[in-house]
Amino acid sequence: MTLIDNRLDSVHNDEGLDELEDEAITIIREVAAETRAPVLLFSGGKDSAVLLHLAAKAFRPGNLPFPVMHVDTGHNFDEVIEYRDRLVKEYNVRLVVASVQASIDAGRVVEETGPRASRNRLQSVTLLDAIAEHQFDAAFGGGRRDEDKARAKERILSFRDRFGQWEPRAQRPEPWNMLNAKIRTGEHLRAFPLSNWTELDIWRYIAREEVPLPSIYFSHRRTVIERNGMLLSVGGPVVLEPGDVPFEETVRYRTVGDASCTGAVRSTASTVHDVIAEVAAARITERGATRADDNFSDSAMEDRKREGYF
Amino acid sequence: MVLRIATAGSVDDGKSTLIGRLLHDTKTVFEDQLASVEKASLRYGDGSLNLALLTDGLRAEREQGITIDVAYRYFATPRRTFVVADTPGHAQYTRNMVTGASVSDVAIVLVDARNGLTEQTRRHLFVASLLGVKQVMLAVNKMDLVDFSRARYDEIVAAATQHATALPAPVTLNPLPISALLGDNVVDPSDNMPWFTGRPLLEQLETLELDDDQNIGARLSVQWVIRPYSTEHHDYRGLAGRLTGGTLAIGDRVRVLPGSQQSTVVGIERGGVAQETAEPGEAISILLADDIDVSRGDVVVSVAASKPPVVADQIVADVSWMVDKPLEVGSRWIIKHLTRTAKAFVSAIETRHDVVTASQHSTERLELNDLGRVHLNVSVPLVVDLYDDHRPGGAAILVDEATGMTCAALMIRGFEGDLG
Ligand SMILES: Nc1nc2c(ncn2[C@@H]2O[C@H](COP(=O)(O)OP(=O)(O)O)[C@@H](O)[C@H]2O)c(=O)[nH]1
Ligand SMILES: [Mg+2]
Repeated sequence: MTLIDNRLDSVHNDEGLDELEDEAITIIREVAAETRAPVLLFSGGKDSAVLLHLAAKAFRPGNLPFPVMHVDTGHNFDEVIEYRDRLVKEYNVRLVVASVQASIDAGRVVEETGPRASRNRLQSVTLLDAIAEHQFDAAFGGGRRDEDKARAKERILSFRDRFGQWEPRAQRPEPWNMLNAKIRTGEHLRAFPLSNWTELDIWRYIAREEVPLPSIYFSHRRTVIERNGMLLSVGGPVVLEPGDVPFEETVRYRTVGDASCTGAVRSTASTVHDVIAEVAAARITERGATRADDNFSDSAMEDRKREGYF
Repeated sequence: MVLRIATAGSVDDGKSTLIGRLLHDTKTVFEDQLASVEKASLRYGDGSLNLALLTDGLRAEREQGITIDVAYRYFATPRRTFVVADTPGHAQYTRNMVTGASVSDVAIVLVDARNGLTEQTRRHLFVASLLGVKQVMLAVNKMDLVDFSRARYDEIVAAATQHATALPAPVTLNPLPISALLGDNVVDPSDNMPWFTGRPLLEQLETLELDDDQNIGARLSVQWVIRPYSTEHHDYRGLAGRLTGGTLAIGDRVRVLPGSQQSTVVGIERGGVAQETAEPGEAISILLADDIDVSRGDVVVSVAASKPPVVADQIVADVSWMVDKPLEVGSRWIIKHLTRTAKAFVSAIETRHDVVTASQHSTERLELNDLGRVHLNVSVPLVVDLYDDHRPGGAAILVDEATGMTCAALMIRGFEGDLG
């Protein structure tokens, strides 16, 4: 039997999901208890949807004891904003929006120019400014170690210095997964309760728990262009170049990020179970398939993380 | 069940290559990852596919061809799911080996067949033993460079077996000859070593049997008290935490330590859903019959526990020292144990473990990467177990008040001042 058969097998049971849930909830409770003002970063993507779901479960029947924050690039998929606002009501949480447009207007960052410009990188500044403004000392993120080789090196509780930077060589050891949340003024922490989840775990959990997702995760017709093997949506922030030929395609998104650099994949998967079958058989990682930003250079993620990225 | 694996061995013994080989041969590597490794192989190396680049993901690691920091990788076969920690072999990263071993069921200790046992190999065997990793796969690697010699292999296994007898706690060595580069005895049996009759590494890992956790009595270290303050849940006080040590059921009598208060469990919830019982490992919240004072850091223990924890403010512990600033007699630190944070004062350093010869030395201080045994006075009573009895209650970390750095991993070996 090949690995793919095996992964398809695991689709039909929920093996391992309870352990992952217990671990994530334990981390969320611990960080909430050990920090003064945590916040949960919510992008509207599937990982943050799962994270919010777990955080809500961790404190039931009480309310979530911290707000959620959306770093809004202004380059959004409409469906995602609508979904975000619906979820905020459903889970009864306080939403903080940090706007990249506001950072640009205030002169904190300069918009990239040219046809391939993206606001993805600018998010780091907006995020760090918002953390400082609201005096958050810990930010929960949906990062997973299977996403990228630099993320595979990251701790569950990741320390950021006064400049918001990540120094991979000076990480705090976490023996027995014991978390050390001690920081000094101006420093902060990023907490990754989904560190040990894989993309397939996320989808199996979404199926089991019926976690709501934005519609763009499922197949739909969309006008796109193909660039470097990546399908980019037309009609949003993507600027057409000579030679780009828009066409209609049945697609879905595997990740949800800045609309200018997040690609769709050809797919007819219209239900969570279709998606699980597709993910189990996939031969390309989700970032490799869908993020123009990570393909620019081999250490793109590491570089952005060092600057304070999610 | 998931099998957690730590890799260990000296620099260049082939740990990253072996993990790359496991990922590659179990078809865990995605096409784009392989393409990126192929590209990177051209840049950092002679151009032949360098599987180590699958885990050596940081730029500095690729430039120097070494592993700097622990990487966690996931792979699965039809029989088992694996999490593998690729840990660096340099002596200065011993703290990472300790970290990797602390959460592992098994350690793969690699030995370069040309060099035999090195100081690092001995150190890693010692660390595995100290941290209670009872199963070690002793992988004698690069057999292709010693003509797949059986005599050389036997010699190395004999030396390791000899060293193992001097370790602080027994470990089972499961030796096998491999070539991580060529794949011999990794996933498939080796045609080059017909004299080896054992099974390949992956198959051994798939079928490795682990000791069941002993049932010593349920305990829950309170992380958070859930108080909704809503009209619907007016008097609700849920004690949230992770259950360890044994099963807990509604109706069980419990004690709250430190202290002498007792009550009865009247509710167990997991993610807001009520259940009758809870098993070790579950993140739950419990409701007690009586309105007693319980807060974060307290430990709720089943009255029927066969081996209950002890309340103590003086502990004896083995320590792995992880920072440049030394540990000295009289120095003060923050200690984090279960969900309690307190101050700790080093009253004595009993010994420094010589990890190479597995012997003891008296010393005034422990330096970066040293292992030793210390006595600590803690500012408040802790609810502790012996590490060998129960890991969660027997483990702790020390933190530097000034820098916030995690300085040490502690394994509790004894206690004084039983206040229970
Ligand atoms: N000939 C041979 N070379 C090997 C073998 N395993 C690893 N190597 C090489 O040894 C070097 C160090 O390997 P690496 O995996 O980076 O070692 P690490 O420092 O333990 O992670 C690399 O050049 C590998 O290609 C093997 O079985 N045979
Ligand atoms: Mg390595």
